[in-house]
Amino acid sequence: MTSAGMLAVYPDTPSVELARTLDLSGYSWKGVATPEVMNRLQPSDGWMGAIVSCDDDPDGGWAMCRALRRLDQPVRRILVMITGAQIGDLEIRENLFDDFLLTPFHPRELEARLRHMFYNELTAPSSSVVEHAGLRLNLETYQASFGGRPLDLTYMEYELLKYFVQNPGRAFSREVLLSEVWGYEYFGGARTVDVHVRRLRAKLGEEHAHLIETVRSVGYRFGASKWSG
Amino acid sequence: MPDMRDAQRDYVLRTVEERGIRLVRLWFTDVLGNLKSFAISPAEMENALNDGMSFDGSSIDGYGRVQEADVLALPDPNTFEVLPWVDSKSAEARVFCDIAQLDGTPFDGDPRQVLRRNLDEARRQGFVFYVAPDIEYFYFAPGASDGRPVPLDHGGFFDLTTTDITSALRKETIRTLETMSIPVEYSFHEDSPSQHEIDLRHTDALTMADSVMTFRFVVKEIAAMRNVHATFMPKPLESVQGSGMHLHLSLFKDDVNAFHSEDDPYNLSDTAKSFMAGLLRHAGEIAAVTNQTVNSYKRLVPGFEAPVHVSWARNNRSGLIRVPVPKRGNELATRIELRSPDPACNPYLAFSVILAAGLRGVEQGYELPMESDANLFEMGDAALTKLGIEQLPQSLNDALKMMESSSLVAEALGEHIFEWFLRNKRAEWRRYKTHVSQFEIDTYLRSL
Repeated sequence: MTSAGMLAVYPDTPSVELARTLDLSGYSWKGVATPEVMNRLQPSDGWMGAIVSCDDDPDGGWAMCRALRRLDQPVRRILVMITGAQIGDLEIRENLFDDFLLTPFHPRELEARLRHMFYNELTAPSSSVVEHAGLRLNLETYQASFGGRPLDLTYMEYELLKYFVQNPGRAFSREVLLSEVWGYEYFGGARTVDVHVRRLRAKLGEEHAHLIETVRSVGYRFGASKWSG
Repeated sequence: MPDMRDAQRDYVLRTVEERGIRLVRLWFTDVLGNLKSFAISPAEMENALNDGMSFDGSSIDGYGRVQEADVLALPDPNTFEVLPWVDSKSAEARVFCDIAQLDGTPFDGDPRQVLRRNLDEARRQGFVFYVAPDIEYFYFAPGASDGRPVPLDHGGFFDLTTTDITSALRKETIRTLETMSIPVEYSFHEDSPSQHEIDLRHTDALTMADSVMTFRFVVKEIAAMRNVHATFMPKPLESVQGSGMHLHLSLFKDDVNAFHSEDDPYNLSDTAKSFMAGLLRHAGEIAAVTNQTVNSYKRLVPGFEAPVHVSWARNNRSGLIRVPVPKRGNELATRIELRSPDPACNPYLAFSVILAAGLRGVEQGYELPMESDANLFEMGDAALTKLGIEQLPQSLNDALKMMESSSLVAEALGEHIFEWFLRNKRAEWRRYKTHVSQFEIDTYLRSL
């Protein structure tokens, strides 16, 4: 079941900055090379929206916008990306897009525009799926997977891993983890955190156990972000 | 913040749906420590989590009551795990249950509830009880014609038997345990042929009792898949050492190891010392629970690294309690090792009586006797008596006699289980006593 909708992205190999911003914000997307491919890949409940780059190939981009509008379930949320020199092109094509962004773009601006554009569709797209180095947590379905394989966790293991994945690269003391994940009223003491970290490491397997690092005399840190290297 | 129990319940229900679970197995334990189970369909899971599933308890050992046979199984959502060895097309999960009476009050025949009650008592005094077991067991070839156990290998302690099927079995077992939230600290080939040891990392006592139940099931299940029989029988082979379940024990108060003290040469706190004194003073009374079979007492004999005497030492494996030397500076690792229990015990009941004995020592400030670092096996009875060192019970019968007059054990187990256990085990002893053994035939038939 998909609760978050799918975005069509043209061209099918978007810039690294665009892909990174979409991934980090938790959007699901598919690259589409031509209107035919876009048609074929259309999800049964339709595209939630589209991001069309017109800066390199304006003709292909605008053709894609037209095709998106002509679908049986026309796409109502299209963001076009253009260069400053193309602003004049917008005037005669007001019906083909809903918002635009100048390239090169700032990721924070793209994020904000998408959040605003899909405000009605999704209350918080960035919080439904979190990913880190092959580890993927779907916060709506409570399902975790690693490299595409399901990772079966108990509730508290899941909650602890979720907290780590949502706060990568930061060191936390056992006390902080205990109060944030278990709640203050929990009686087990900070040893409980150690017990669950060991269980998580065992489940991640030897190769990936290092994702949860022990930080001497502090506590634990979940691996550095894949984007910051 | 939503109630944690609600959140756990949602988590379990959602996982059942997302992972396509076909069957949920409800696990619980009878008084003798046998794992019991019944399966429900995913559709019943929500109901089970909210209201429990009722079943007829009269068929479970130690559950039978005169007036009321029906009891409720209440799944503990934090123990919900997908079973890793079941094909994902027909995925199954298990969840441990607490057993309650129909009105929701804890059922006094349920060992898990007994341990919960004892842990609550420790909690009232501010203590969390941590346990790490070293579990030994044997692998045998399936059914030899005369019923005698046939070892699969003749490896010794720490032997590298890489081509051996038993090493593969142990590896597979550890992998399975780790995917079921049971981290393994060490594992190795033990002294005896086909004997193996797996040491688990410490957790709170309730989680560990569940883990021991899961452990025994997984070891047997993985072995059975390769047509091998795994056994936790305490002494399956007469001439080699038996299988123990040494328990590393500690109490934590808040986040401080209550067993640790900087000032003591062994880093043992007063709490640790009086806890040990409690275990020593009540060792005979709790033995029937920690060593509950006729066969258990054939392990507790001199010459096989099993304890025989009620004593303690820092580095003497013939004593009942050993004080392992923790890595320098790691105060969290200060602990004591109780060496008498065997892996055929009921872990919920064993942890209960051990905790009760230790806490009695702490409450009443028992004084720890002198350390016995001599090899007690080599000392005569007179010397031992002079030192005030007693022996552990010599037989199940001895142990039952000591348990019978113990108010400590009666309190820890509750009257229901205390009475039932004594009745059941006395019957076991009577069956054994009337049995004419091969030893007697060989020794007496021709000579007398």
